[in-house]
Amino acid sequence: MSAPKALILRAPGINCERETHHAFTRAGATSEYLHIQQLLQDPRQLDRFAILAVPGGFSYGDDISSGRVLAQEMKGKLGERVLQFVDRGGLVLGICNGFQVLVRLGLLPCTKARLEEEVTLTHNLSSHYECRWVTLKTEKSRCLFLPAGLLLRWPAAHGEGRLVARDAATQQLLVDEGFAAVRYVDDAGEPTERYPQNPNGARLGIAGLCNHNGRVLGVMPHPDRSYLPTHMPDWRRTMLAHGKLPEDGDGMVVFREMVKVAAAEG
Amino acid sequence: MQAWRIDVLAKADQLDPVGDAAKRALTAAGLSGITGVRARRGYLLGAELTAQQVEGFARDVLCDPVVEQFVVHAPGARPAPAADIHAVTIVPRPGVTDPVAHSVQKALNDMHLPMVAAGTYRCFDVRGLERSDVVKSQLLQAARKGLANDTVQELLFDTIPDGLPGAPPPPDLAVQSVPLAGLDEAALVALSQKGGLALDGHEMKAIQSHFDGLGRAPTRLELETLAQTWSEHCKHKTLTGTVRFEGRTIDNLLKSTIAKVTRDLDRDFCVSVFVDNAGIVKFDDEDSVCIKVETHNRPSAIEPFGGAGTGVGGVIRDVLGTGLAARPIANTDVFCFAPPDLGRAELPQGCLHPLTVLKGVVAGVRDYGNPMGIPTVNGSVHFDEDFVGNPLVYVGNVGILPTARAHKKANPGDKIVALGGRTGRDGIHGATFSSLELHTESETLSSGAVQIGDPITERKVMDAVMACADRDLFSAITDCGAGGFSSAVGEMAEGLGADVQLDAAPLKYAGLAPWEIWISEAQERMVLAVPPAKLDELLQLCEAEACEAVVLGTFRDDNRLIVRHQDVVHADLDLHFLHDGLPKRVLEASYKAPAHREPTLPPEQDHGAALLKVLGDFGVCSKEWIVRQYDHEVQAASAGKPLCGVREDGPADAAVLAPKLGSLRGVVLANGLNPRYSKIDPAAMAECALDEAMRNVVATGGDPDYTVVLDNYCWGNTRDPQCLGELVRATEALCALATTYRTPFVSGKDSLHNEFRTTARTIRIPGCILVTAMSVIADVRLTLTSDLKGDGNQLVLVGTTKDELGGSVYYKSKGELGRNAPRVDPERAKATLHAVHRALQARCAVSAHDLSEGGVAAAVAEMAIGGRLGAAIDLAAMPTDGPLDPTRRMFSESQSRFLLEVPPDRLPDLRANLGDVPFAVIGQVTAAPTLRFADGARELATVAVADAERAWKAPLDLDGTLTQEVSR
Repeated sequence: MSAPKALILRAPGINCERETHHAFTRAGATSEYLHIQQLLQDPRQLDRFAILAVPGGFSYGDDISSGRVLAQEMKGKLGERVLQFVDRGGLVLGICNGFQVLVRLGLLPCTKARLEEEVTLTHNLSSHYECRWVTLKTEKSRCLFLPAGLLLRWPAAHGEGRLVARDAATQQLLVDEGFAAVRYVDDAGEPTERYPQNPNGARLGIAGLCNHNGRVLGVMPHPDRSYLPTHMPDWRRTMLAHGKLPEDGDGMVVFREMVKVAAAEG
Repeated sequence: MQAWRIDVLAKADQLDPVGDAAKRALTAAGLSGITGVRARRGYLLGAELTAQQVEGFARDVLCDPVVEQFVVHAPGARPAPAADIHAVTIVPRPGVTDPVAHSVQKALNDMHLPMVAAGTYRCFDVRGLERSDVVKSQLLQAARKGLANDTVQELLFDTIPDGLPGAPPPPDLAVQSVPLAGLDEAALVALSQKGGLALDGHEMKAIQSHFDGLGRAPTRLELETLAQTWSEHCKHKTLTGTVRFEGRTIDNLLKSTIAKVTRDLDRDFCVSVFVDNAGIVKFDDEDSVCIKVETHNRPSAIEPFGGAGTGVGGVIRDVLGTGLAARPIANTDVFCFAPPDLGRAELPQGCLHPLTVLKGVVAGVRDYGNPMGIPTVNGSVHFDEDFVGNPLVYVGNVGILPTARAHKKANPGDKIVALGGRTGRDGIHGATFSSLELHTESETLSSGAVQIGDPITERKVMDAVMACADRDLFSAITDCGAGGFSSAVGEMAEGLGADVQLDAAPLKYAGLAPWEIWISEAQERMVLAVPPAKLDELLQLCEAEACEAVVLGTFRDDNRLIVRHQDVVHADLDLHFLHDGLPKRVLEASYKAPAHREPTLPPEQDHGAALLKVLGDFGVCSKEWIVRQYDHEVQAASAGKPLCGVREDGPADAAVLAPKLGSLRGVVLANGLNPRYSKIDPAAMAECALDEAMRNVVATGGDPDYTVVLDNYCWGNTRDPQCLGELVRATEALCALATTYRTPFVSGKDSLHNEFRTTARTIRIPGCILVTAMSVIADVRLTLTSDLKGDGNQLVLVGTTKDELGGSVYYKSKGELGRNAPRVDPERAKATLHAVHRALQARCAVSAHDLSEGGVAAAVAEMAIGGRLGAAIDLAAMPTDGPLDPTRRMFSESQSRFLLEVPPDRLPDLRANLGDVPFAVIGQVTAAPTLRFADGARELATVAVADAERAWKAPLDLDGTLTQEVSR
C-alpha cells in the first residue's frame, strides 16, 4: 500500500502550512505544498492527491471577512472541482481559516450535496481574537475518519469562530443528522455554549463540521498544533504521572485516521 | 471623487459583537445613556461600476449571507440620517494604508469586474442619545478615546464619507538645491530644525564643509540621505561617541563595554554578532537561531495601534533580513506604561491615556503578529507614572536559518531589487523624529511619521524571500526600516556604491517627490542584492508568491551613491563621507546618587491583606487578558506556553520552543526588566534585569552556560550629564555581571531622549535596560513550569534573602520608593544559577519559579494559583543575611533566588546538586487551597488561593471574564 498523497494548500496569508505538512507526513502521507496560483492555473492537479488540506492562517488578511477572499478566488475555477474531488473519493480537511474557507465555499456542511452557504463562522462574542486550549468531544457523525466519543484537547486561536446556521432548521439538522462532528464541551463533558469552554459562543457548541458524505471535515481548533506530545499544555504532569511522554498529542488522531482511510481506499 | 457606498451590517435578528464592543468602549470612555450600538462596515467603490455590478459584488463578496445584510448607496446619494440614531463614521485619512481596500480590489479582479478605486470605512449607529451639540462633542470625544485615532483617521458625525480621494497634485520633480555656503552655525541649526533633519551644529558644519570642498550645494535628497543615515536611530551617536565620566575618557561607549564583553568572552556558539540585523547563535550542527529586539516608542505614543503593529512588522523584517534570510519563529514584547487607572486630571495635555495606549498597543501587536503566523510567546508589562508621555514598546523576534547562510555580501554588478509593499508618503522622517523629544504638539506635528501596517503584504514578502533563499537567488538582503530605501540601499552599498533609479519603485499613489520616495518609511519592503544571472528566476518566483518585486538599480564598485529619477541625478554622494563623515560626539557624563531614604513604616498589621495588594499591583497581576489575544501556538513549536497550570492561567517564567518539528532540541526565551530600581540606582536596575532574565531562563530549564543576551536601552535626554552618567553607570554594572555570567551580548538597541515636555515640566522616563535572554537546550523534556504539582512536596528556597525592599512592589503599595534596591553579588549569583540548573537537569524538582517582584510571597501565590493547590510556609526557615523581620522576608526582592517544588525523596539529590549554595526547605505543598505564612510558631497570614487569584486577576481583567471564572 503506497503512502496517500496530501496536498497542503498555500495562499497569501495561510500560515499553518508547515505544521499541517509535518502532521500529515508524520501520519504516513506524502505531503506536498501547492500554491493557490499554481492550482488555479491547472486545477486538474487536484486529481493527483487523495487528501486536500486547507491550513489555518489569515488568507488575504481575512479582509472583508475571514476566508472570504480566498473562497471567492477558488469558487469559480475550483469550487465544483473540489466537489468532484470529494465525490470521487478524495478527503478534505480545513483547519481554522481553512474551515472558514470551506464554509464560505459551501463545501461545508453541504447538506444537500451542492455548494451554498448554509452556515457561517462569524465574530466571537468577545469581538476579539483569542488563543486558548479547549476540550472537544467527537460526536457520532457522518465523518468517515474521525472516531466518535473521544475527548480531546486542542488549542483554539481565532477571532471569527462562532458558528451560526442560516436558520433554526439547519442548526438542528447539523446536530441531529450527524454533521456536527466536533463540539466544545464543559468540565462534565457536555456540549456547551458557555465561555470560556466554548471560546466564541458557537451555537450548540459546534466546533467542527463534516459534509453529507463524511469526506470533508472542518474544525476551528487546531489539531495541527496538538499532534506532538510536547504540544499539550500539561505534558509535564502527564510525564510525572506516567514516567514518560505518550507517543502523540491529542490532535494526531485526525491525521492518522485520515491517512489510514485514504490508504485503505487508495 | 464620488463613489458607490456599500454598508454591511448584522441582520436585525443576529447578534452584533462588534457593535456591542463599541458600546462598551464608548461607555468606558465616559459616555452615558447609550442604549445600543450597531456596527456597519463600509466600502467605497469607483463610480465607473454599474449598479448591477455593485449589487452582485456586495451580495457575493462583501456581505456574509447568513448573518449580514447590505445597503447600496449610489454615487452622490446622501440619505438623511435616521432620526433616532447618531452615526459616527471612521475613515482612514488620505495616504494612510488601507489593507482591506487592496483585498477588495483583488476580489473585484477575481470576479472579472473592472478594476476601480476602493476604500473602506467603519460606522457605528449609536442609540439612546439626545440630539444636541453637547452630545455631539461628547460622542466624538468618546469615539476618539475608544474607537478611533485622530492621527490616522477622520471622524465624521451624522454624515457620510465624501467619496474616494481624487488624484493628488503632480509632484515637484526638480532637483532642489539647498545652499549651505556661508551659513553660520545658528543658521545651519535653524535649517536642520526647519527641515526636521535632527542634525546638530557640528554635524551640519561637517556637511557644509564637505560640500564646500566639492564646490557645490547639496541637493535636498542628499541632505535627507545624510540626515537619515546620521540619525541617532541609525548611527547610535551617543553610545558610540566619546564620553567623559568621573575623570575617565571612554572612547565609543558601546564598543568598550557591551561589545567588549562579547569579544572577550569569545563564546564558540556565537556565529555572527553586532554586524548584521540580528545576532546569530548556533542551534545545532545545521542551523542557527538569531534574535533581535527593537523599540517603537515614539510612533506608539502617538498612534498605539499602528505604532506597535509596525514595530512588530519591523523587527520581523530585521530577522528576515538576517544573514541570507532567517525564518521568523517567535515574537516577544515588553511594554512600559503609566498606570491604566491614572486620573484624567493627571494626564498631561498631548498624551493619550495609558489605558488607551495599552489597548491600542496590544491590538497592534495582535493584528500584526497573528496574521504573520508568528507566535508571540513571551513578554512582560511594567507600570510607572513617568511613562505617561513616553510609553515604551519593545518588540523582539527570533528566527532560524541554516548556519551556512549566516553571512552575506553584495557584489558590484548585483541588481538592487526592492520587494514587497509599495512606497507611499507614510513614515516620512520616522528615523529623525525618533531622535527628538516629544512634546504637547508632537501629536499634530509628527503624524506623517506614523504608519499603519499591512501584515498580509509582509507575509507575502516573507514567503517570497524564504522561497528565494532556499534556491540561493540573492547575495545580500536587508530590510527597509528607518530611513527607507536611503538607509537600506546606503547600508548595503557601503564599500561598493550604487546606482538607483527611483522612478522604478512602485508607488501607492502618484504625487511623490523623488526625495520622498527615497526616505519614505512605507512598511513591508525588503531590498535584495541579486546576481544578474539569477534575476529572472527570482522575479518569477516572487510573482508566483504574489509579491511585487522590481529592479531599483545596480551596485557599483566606486563607492559612489548615485540616485536618479527619470534619468535626472538627484544625488551623487561619496559613500565614505556618508558612512564615516559623521563627526564624533563628545559628551559629558557625571553621576550623583539620588538622596532617597528607607521609609520608617509602622509594623505590618495584616500580611494577608498586604499580599493581596501586592498581587493586585499592575506590574505583578495576571496579564492573561493580553496573552490570550496573541497567537502563541502557531508554527506548532510551543513546548512551554506563556500560561501554565491545571487551568492554564499560571504565569510562565520563560517560553520554550522546539522549532524543528519532530526534534526535541529547543530554545528557552525570557526577559528581565524593572524600571523602578532605576530611580534608586541605575546599576541595580541593570544588574537585576540581567539576573532576572537569567533566573527566568534557568527556572524554566535553560542552560546558563549556553545563553546569549540582548541589551535594549530606553533612556532620557543623554545631553544632560547626570542622565548620561546614569547610563554609563548602568552599562558598566551590566557588563561586569555579564562577564561573570559568561553571557555574551549578541544584539542591542537604544532609544534615547524619552522625555515629554509640557508647559509646566519635563517628564523623563526612568532609564531602562531590557535584557532578553535566549538559551539553547538539547531536550525540551527537561524544562519546567511554575505551577505546583503535588500535595506533600517540599518547597525549597534557593538563595539568600536580604533587606532589599527599595523599589519593591511592597513599598510601592505603601506609596514609598525606599533606598535599598536589590543588588547582585556576581560570583554567588553565578554559582546559584549553575547549581539550580544542575539540580533541575537531575530532575530534583517538579516545578520552579524565579523570585522577582513581590518576593517569595508573590511567587508562592503564583505557583499555587497555577496548580490549584495550597502551601504552608515558615518564613523563619529562609536563609538570610543577618536578622530580618517577617515582612521583609515575605516581600524583599533580593535577586538570585528560586523557589523549587521538590518531591520528598528527591531532597538528598537536590542537596548534593546545590552544594554550598544557600537553600532551605521553607514549606510544603498542601491539598487544601490555602496560602499559610508563619514566622516560626507565629501564624502570620492565611489567604485562600481563590482570593489570591481574584486579587491577581482583577486589575487587568478588561473584558470582565477572568475573575468570573474564579468562583467557578
